[in-house]
Amino acid sequence: MKTLENLKYASTDEWLLVEGNTATLGVSDYAQDQLSDVVFVEITAGIGETVSKGSVVATIESVKAAADVTIPVSGKVIAVNEDLASTPELVNSDPFGAAWMIKVELSNPKELDDLMDAKAYIEYCETRSH
Amino acid sequence: MTEPTIYELSSAGRIGVRYPESDVPAFDIPDEFIRTDLPLPELSEVDVVRHFTHLSTMNYSIDRGLYPLGSCTMKYNPKINEVTSRLPGFANIHPLQPIETVQGNLALMYNLQEQLKEISGFAAVSLQPAAGAQGEFVGVKIIRAYHQSRGDTRRTRILIPDSAHGTNPATSAMNGLEVIPIPSDSRGNVDLVKLHELCDETVAGLMLTNPNTLGVFDENVIEVIETVHKSGGLVYGDGANLNALLGITRPGDLGFDVMHFNLHKTFSTPHGGGGPGSGPVGVAPHLVDFLPAPIVSIVEEATDEVPPLYGFTIPAKTIGRVKAFCGQFGVMVRAFTYIRMHGADGLRKVSEYAVLNANYILSKIRRKYTLPYNRSYMHEFVVEGCWSDAPDVHALDVAKRLMDYDFHPPTNYFPLIVHEALMIEPTETESKQVLDKFADALLKIAEEAHSSPELLKEAPHHTPVGRLDEVKAAKELVLCCWLPDRN
Amino acid sequence: MFIPHTKAETEEMLKSIGVCNLADLFADVPEKYRFPRLNLPSGVTEMEVLSELEDYSQANEPVSELVSFLGAGAYNHYIPAVIDSLLRRGEFYTAYTPYQPEISQGTLQAVFEFQSLISNLTGMDASNASHYDGATATAEAGVMAYHHFRGKRTRIILSPAVHPQYREVLCSYLCNYENISIETGSKEKGPFENPSELIPLIDDQTALVVVQYPDFFGRIFDYRILAEKVHENGALLAVVANPTALGLIKAPGEFGADIVVGEGQPLGIPLSYGGPYLGFFATKKDLVRKMSGRLVGETTDAQGRRGYVLTLTAREQHIRREKATSNICTNQGLMTLAATIYLSLLGRHGLKQVANLCYQKAHYAAQQISTIPGFELVNKEPFFHEFVVKCPKPVGEINRDLLDNGILGGYDLGIDYPQLKNHMLVAVTEMNSKDDIDVFVELLREAGND
Repeated sequence: MKTLENLKYASTDEWLLVEGNTATLGVSDYAQDQLSDVVFVEITAGIGETVSKGSVVATIESVKAAADVTIPVSGKVIAVNEDLASTPELVNSDPFGAAWMIKVELSNPKELDDLMDAKAYIEYCETRSH
Repeated sequence: MTEPTIYELSSAGRIGVRYPESDVPAFDIPDEFIRTDLPLPELSEVDVVRHFTHLSTMNYSIDRGLYPLGSCTMKYNPKINEVTSRLPGFANIHPLQPIETVQGNLALMYNLQEQLKEISGFAAVSLQPAAGAQGEFVGVKIIRAYHQSRGDTRRTRILIPDSAHGTNPATSAMNGLEVIPIPSDSRGNVDLVKLHELCDETVAGLMLTNPNTLGVFDENVIEVIETVHKSGGLVYGDGANLNALLGITRPGDLGFDVMHFNLHKTFSTPHGGGGPGSGPVGVAPHLVDFLPAPIVSIVEEATDEVPPLYGFTIPAKTIGRVKAFCGQFGVMVRAFTYIRMHGADGLRKVSEYAVLNANYILSKIRRKYTLPYNRSYMHEFVVEGCWSDAPDVHALDVAKRLMDYDFHPPTNYFPLIVHEALMIEPTETESKQVLDKFADALLKIAEEAHSSPELLKEAPHHTPVGRLDEVKAAKELVLCCWLPDRN
Repeated sequence: MFIPHTKAETEEMLKSIGVCNLADLFADVPEKYRFPRLNLPSGVTEMEVLSELEDYSQANEPVSELVSFLGAGAYNHYIPAVIDSLLRRGEFYTAYTPYQPEISQGTLQAVFEFQSLISNLTGMDASNASHYDGATATAEAGVMAYHHFRGKRTRIILSPAVHPQYREVLCSYLCNYENISIETGSKEKGPFENPSELIPLIDDQTALVVVQYPDFFGRIFDYRILAEKVHENGALLAVVANPTALGLIKAPGEFGADIVVGEGQPLGIPLSYGGPYLGFFATKKDLVRKMSGRLVGETTDAQGRRGYVLTLTAREQHIRREKATSNICTNQGLMTLAATIYLSLLGRHGLKQVANLCYQKAHYAAQQISTIPGFELVNKEPFFHEFVVKCPKPVGEINRDLLDNGILGGYDLGIDYPQLKNHMLVAVTEMNSKDDIDVFVELLREAGND
């Protein structure tokens, strides 16, 4: 299971890359492994839209599961990854890079305190495995 | 062994059936409405017969062998049902004919309602819902309507065990209820402690399958139901597993408030490759007024000279109509035929042997398959399709390898609370010989999983196609074909 | 009855399990409620049950023994012999849902062909494997539209000329759901209003507009302008279509429908007192993932052989659970096979021929009826195979007289539309000969004279 040190993680398996007041969101390697082959990604949040912590911003479908991607912070959407519609498999092959989903301008940076760092996330994932 | 599609078989100018010429004067069709392009294939009658006959040979079916699918109750489909349902007096009746001309149908439906009431211990039955899922929708809607009719609008949550069939939470969401999962305890029963905690005035009720999808009868079912009732909620019964209870116990007696039946499971009507089913709903006395409309009833009592006049009534607080016309009538005729042939004694035998058969298979395979719950089982049971010392092998591989032994696999990966689940329900119509063969196949596969796992991983070997690329199907999404002369 | 076990085998099996008798298997059932005595008539043999069921069936008057002019959502069409002979193959009707594709290619390919035929017939890009009937398919269109807009649009506009029972069912599904509001045209104009009268009701809160084609009264309208207005407002258009009519008149895909649903019973399925029938559901490419119900897709196996599988199953209840937009599980499997065989047999020419026969005979009947004093053809618009007649007497009375003469009269519209007392909806199909129609007209004339 891969993680990147410089990211923050939510218990619902999303990661955030925080740069200044901007955060980029995607789903973790653990998530893509659980889902297995991703066949469809639909990003439902639009550019300019205000999203609140916990709201659904995308749906991912694989052959055996469908999952909602929720954003663990609030903000305004400033970019959306158009590539995922045509190449959903990026979620499996490059979950931390090319499969980024949305970028937001944070409205409440304090919410970042509720997220885990890589080490805590790894521990958390270990307790979940059957 | 690829069979061409009807589009690939199409040859311009062919037609499979002729009609007489028009015998009336000609009338023009307005130009703006005339369809200029009808891109349907053109086949002769022989083409059609051969094509579908070829397709049929690529299917497994009950007529061919055992389907040990847990919670599906794949019992033998009696051929007499196919005769009775096709009697012209049933097959050629228009749904809107005046009731005087359909007294036979109405009498049959009325009597089926009465039979289902008696079997389940409920006060009234609606035959309208088209399938189990629709029966569930009706049941949950009735629960909501009941609370709303009492002015109780706080009950917006519903409790659903983690072992429940996916239709249960889906149905609740469709009714605008929040789903609260309730765990099972170590014996596979509903966790009573959790239940006591969760039951409050925001809970509309509990959806309970009993026996549940693990195949066990809830040891505390009376207390479970009383707990929900005490907090003002109602209990919905998912009747998918009724095959274990005919003449054994009646859900209405146990305290269930509403339940759906699956005529295509318990009552032998055929599965047809995915339907049609039929999902009648039974209710306790306090819910009778809420049933979907219309219900068949006696509108004029019998006298010495004349039989009763049957007709339709609208329950006083009905939740409305859920299907056009009166339901899956053709399916009802089959279920009625089945119940009449069995009577009370026959139905009890059905459940006794359904449970005997399941337990027999279990007794033969339990030394090689992990049974997660140490309980006595009813008409089905769940084992793990994996072994810690054969880490590459999953339940899916066991399932696919069974096809090489000419068996349909059991239900896979359900219920969700069992790891690599294989849910096995043989039904009562399978003989000891078939069960022995099936158990032997499972034992052999358990051995192969350790000695030559590639036999499982590459299975099935003898079927018209091998394992299919489901990822490709979902990504490329080819959902239909077209005539070759069209892009 | 169908339990093969002998006494000896039962003993052996009980021994293997480790119990003494069958009753021991039910120890978990509370004693108080165990082994109730069911008050049911004793079971009977096959011979006896057949005789009993024959008695029931003979207490009916089937359409096959009458001349029928009754439609209103279920139609008396000829069912070619091939269909039932194939449907009776145990490999089809005793098969289960094709969850294990390697041993279900027969069912899967037949459904794929069904999906193709319906897509072609309706002019859409994709179809699902069926819903329970036309009414529930219509309700599912409403559910789909609501979820498509993610709950942000809550109005559904439902033409009053959609089948009354379909409107009831849509309401049962959606009336108390979230904050959806369902509007049924303008109250003043009544059921015969023109679809253009729905246009002022459409706004940016509208998720879906639903019309029927031909409508419940048999009328054919050009919905192109309506479709444009619907799309201008960002909403979706659902058309409830008669599949026989689509053999003759333009497909809804051609005039801008986003969703096409309808009742497939006319495609080779017996009337059987209202069920089992067949709901079809087709839509455009970009809405495919929002469609509920099963979908069969084409793919290949490891050896490159073509095969079919259930696909996009992640949308369905068994995976999505409470997030699924519909709870549908079992659909109408065998009925889709019937429709597939019917359309394969008739094909491009046959379906057009049947549709044309219905059209011609209905227009002849309408023309003849319009000459009877006291009877009036109410609508002036083009129609397919049904039309509304205003009668000089209650429809129930006229139908009783007709029945005495072996004719099943049209539908009494007064049952569903209080403004339409004494109005009869007459349906004519290829099963009605000119002689049948002439006798019908004569009897109406007599009924009008009394």
